[in-house]
Amino acid sequence: MKNIRNFSIIAHIDHGKSTLADRLIQYTGMVDERNFQDQILDNMDIERERGITIKSQAITLPYRAKDGNDYSLNLIDTPGHVDFSYEVSRALASCEGVLLLIDAAQGVQAQTIANLFLAMDNNLAIIPVINKIDLPTADVERVIEEIDSELGLDPFSHLKCSAKEGIGIEEILEAIVQRIPPPTGDPEAPLAALIFDAKYDSFRGTVIHCRVFEGTVQSGDIIRLVYNGATYKVDEVGGFSLGRLRREKISAGEVGYMIAGVKTVSDVHIGDTITLDQRPCEKPLPGFKEFKPVVFSSIYPIASDDYEDLAVGLEKYKLNDAAFVYQKDSSAALGQGFRCGFLGLLHLDIVQERLEREYDLSIILSVPSVRYRFTLKDESLVVIDNPAHYPDPMFIAKGEEPFIKAILLLPEKYLGAVMKLCMEKRGVNSKLNYLSPGRVELIYEMPLAEVLFDFYDRLKSVTQGYGSFDYEVIDYREGDLVLLDILVNGEKVDALSQIVHRENARQRGLQACERLKEEIPRQSFKIPIQGAIGGQIIARSTIQPFRKDVTAKCYGGDITRKRKLLEKQKKGKKRMKMIGSVTIPQSAFLAVLKTDTD
Amino acid sequence: MFTNQKSEIGNRKSKVPGLYIHVPFCLRKCNYCSFYSITSLSSIPDFLKALLQEMEMVHDPWGPFDTVYIGGGTPSLLTIKQLESILTRVQKYFRLLPDSEITLEANPGDLSLPFLRSLKSLGINRLNMGVQSFDQKILDFLGRRHSLEQAISAIESTRLTGFQNLGFDLIYGIPGQNLASWQKTVEQALTFLPEHLSCYQLTLEEKTALGQRYRNGEFQLPEEDLQYDFFMKTSEWLEGAGYLHYEVSNFARSLTFASRHNQKYWNHTSYLGFGPAAHSFKDGERWWNHASLDPYLADIENGKLPVEKKENLTIEQLRLEALFLGLRTKRGISLQDFTRQYHSDLLFEKKEVIGNLERQGFLSIQKGHLVPTRAGLAVADSLALI
Repeated sequence: MKNIRNFSIIAHIDHGKSTLADRLIQYTGMVDERNFQDQILDNMDIERERGITIKSQAITLPYRAKDGNDYSLNLIDTPGHVDFSYEVSRALASCEGVLLLIDAAQGVQAQTIANLFLAMDNNLAIIPVINKIDLPTADVERVIEEIDSELGLDPFSHLKCSAKEGIGIEEILEAIVQRIPPPTGDPEAPLAALIFDAKYDSFRGTVIHCRVFEGTVQSGDIIRLVYNGATYKVDEVGGFSLGRLRREKISAGEVGYMIAGVKTVSDVHIGDTITLDQRPCEKPLPGFKEFKPVVFSSIYPIASDDYEDLAVGLEKYKLNDAAFVYQKDSSAALGQGFRCGFLGLLHLDIVQERLEREYDLSIILSVPSVRYRFTLKDESLVVIDNPAHYPDPMFIAKGEEPFIKAILLLPEKYLGAVMKLCMEKRGVNSKLNYLSPGRVELIYEMPLAEVLFDFYDRLKSVTQGYGSFDYEVIDYREGDLVLLDILVNGEKVDALSQIVHRENARQRGLQACERLKEEIPRQSFKIPIQGAIGGQIIARSTIQPFRKDVTAKCYGGDITRKRKLLEKQKKGKKRMKMIGSVTIPQSAFLAVLKTDTD
Repeated sequence: MFTNQKSEIGNRKSKVPGLYIHVPFCLRKCNYCSFYSITSLSSIPDFLKALLQEMEMVHDPWGPFDTVYIGGGTPSLLTIKQLESILTRVQKYFRLLPDSEITLEANPGDLSLPFLRSLKSLGINRLNMGVQSFDQKILDFLGRRHSLEQAISAIESTRLTGFQNLGFDLIYGIPGQNLASWQKTVEQALTFLPEHLSCYQLTLEEKTALGQRYRNGEFQLPEEDLQYDFFMKTSEWLEGAGYLHYEVSNFARSLTFASRHNQKYWNHTSYLGFGPAAHSFKDGERWWNHASLDPYLADIENGKLPVEKKENLTIEQLRLEALFLGLRTKRGISLQDFTRQYHSDLLFEKKEVIGNLERQGFLSIQKGHLVPTRAGLAVADSLALI
């Protein structure tokens, strides 16, 4: 056990986490140059394209240290986005230490701090690593300052590297051996293993990724999942190389996998404890929480014939994403579909993209919503996440919406602009901390609904990319919440309805009408777009009919060029939905929530 | 005689192929033009040599042709001798039907009386002149090298020489132009009783001089409503004057004078192109030559056909082309032929949309054809997306 190190790399998005993981893997000879592919651990196309890690991954790196001993370094890669902070916390709970990666040009950002807190909560050894020191804009001295003043860590404890150029990799590996403590635990004690991830394998069913804290598990054991009490017989256990590496047993201190005939990943809960049915541990490992989706939207097939395909696609998708929940739903405008819950907007985006890409589905998502609570006059409580279920306003005594605590880090000179943005988003109870000269931490309490949609983009724009942001949901607060309906060509499109604060209703209605005017292609007739509250029109815009195309020459026999243009337009049309006699593009439903970034 | 009243001009069943020759030279580049052309005339001899070789390499693959179209560029820049060498080569390697339509695109500035007489003796029987406007200010804006005076005198000379199939290209939708000034140009054109008129809406391409100036905000284009009026009025005026609005931008004094060659592009008849950037089409396959002169010359030098790319159209692609090309023409789309060729019954598949567009006055169904109305022609591209 003394030759094992369990660690993770944490960082703000784009600070080079996946690249550093690549280098560590390469350095320890896990993969030769020929088979090397960037972002080895990001093995979904989406992860590579977007440069973010969505699923956790684990890999054991064999390393012979300068002290002459051989070590097994277990790297647990974590998702890199606030939507997935619970998974990150469970992955960290499986480690004894972290590399806290900081971009030498950008310095400490909001997620750096949020991740640091997560690591501190888990009592981990923290090794600050300054990455990208090769950049011409690198300012290592300033970052060392920030490590001291903003993170409160020993500034002399830092390492410098350029993951891209492969500089400083050996020093990092040595530091992992020397500064991260080996795991402790008793291989003979009753089994206690923490589930930090679960993946679906179409041949083997669910593969549970776990960290064993106490005891030992081997094939043939009957395990019990503490949260739901389900028991399974273990088929196979093992550790991680570039793939799974079957072993006889895994014991206290080790990171590994378990295959035990679990049908879907939804049957296991990240953060849950695995123990032995016959000889259970005394109490489960701490920190377990149930997944709670915060953003809701309905998914409809663009062609109603595709409903069955969508149902199958969702079922398959769900096998591998325990955080995603759905149930049947239907809309007057869009027909049969599914109401779905997501961890955040990025999660929603990813689900949409994967359904389209991996299951070849053309889908429309209704305007996303958070979950609201309404107390009715008869004192009953209704919880709704779908504007279609907004109660009759006659009977509403009180409406409540979720609030978050938003933590923003920014250069002081943007303070005014950011405060203005937060106020516009109904932020309250602000707190301001000066972290170091010229840099501030701003804390606001804000309605989740206001931040979900375009807050992040606007923050980036008003701070020219220097502002960063992290949040957690704190509580529900009362608000005057009304239902804003959208009528296109006189027809109410229920999938475009949203619940808004009365104060903002008119402005939001205008915004939605203007947005839709831009998104909905002109048609052969005039299309009025209206925003209404309870039948009263509060906003409108009009799409003028098209009258004249630019019918350029089709000469010299070059028909191909023109055809390609039309093919492109036709493809765009496939992602539109006929509602009444108007075609509405997929993009319109999400665009309604976006404000102009000026 | 170059026209034959009994020929099947314009009839979609006439599937005799056409021959196109691209002459990529211009004295100067017009401000709006994005077609491939070179303003240095020194490489004309190399081009000619290669062109003649290309024809020799291809030889006569598909039997008789009934159109030859020499376009560009500005083919009227070539000398009579040069044009003669091309046409002689055409005659040598390709069989032309006796009543073939032989068109030359011409800049009015090039058409002197002796030149015109020689053109006629070469057998050229149709002239398409890039008149563009009868307003000197607009000619300047467009960067045309001919003057208004040259245009008028060239037109008169053509008639004197006895050309009986004369077409003008005109452009509308020019910044600052209004309906009245455009009407003047159209009316003046009509005084010459042209057999054919092409009226194009000015379109700005990215890489042209005007495109650049537009991006810099130096001028604005007419609003869509005015563009619509230009289009509708042009159609009304010319149909009122007895012309047939047979394609989005094209008008003929009678069906006989509809451009036989261009119609081949619009109804998937075969065509064979020579010279840089020339396109060819046959049996669902389309291919085109290198657009620029150097690779074109190099390939021929090496005894290779100068083809840049070939594409084999899928039935789906042919269907889309038939749809958008058909809806740009007065004849429209024969529903029966369409169903037979593309296994796709438009009336059945698009019943609702077609019904709506019929009610809104964009389409009508006449004698088994889906036909765009005048307002439909104005939005032909959108109709193709039904």
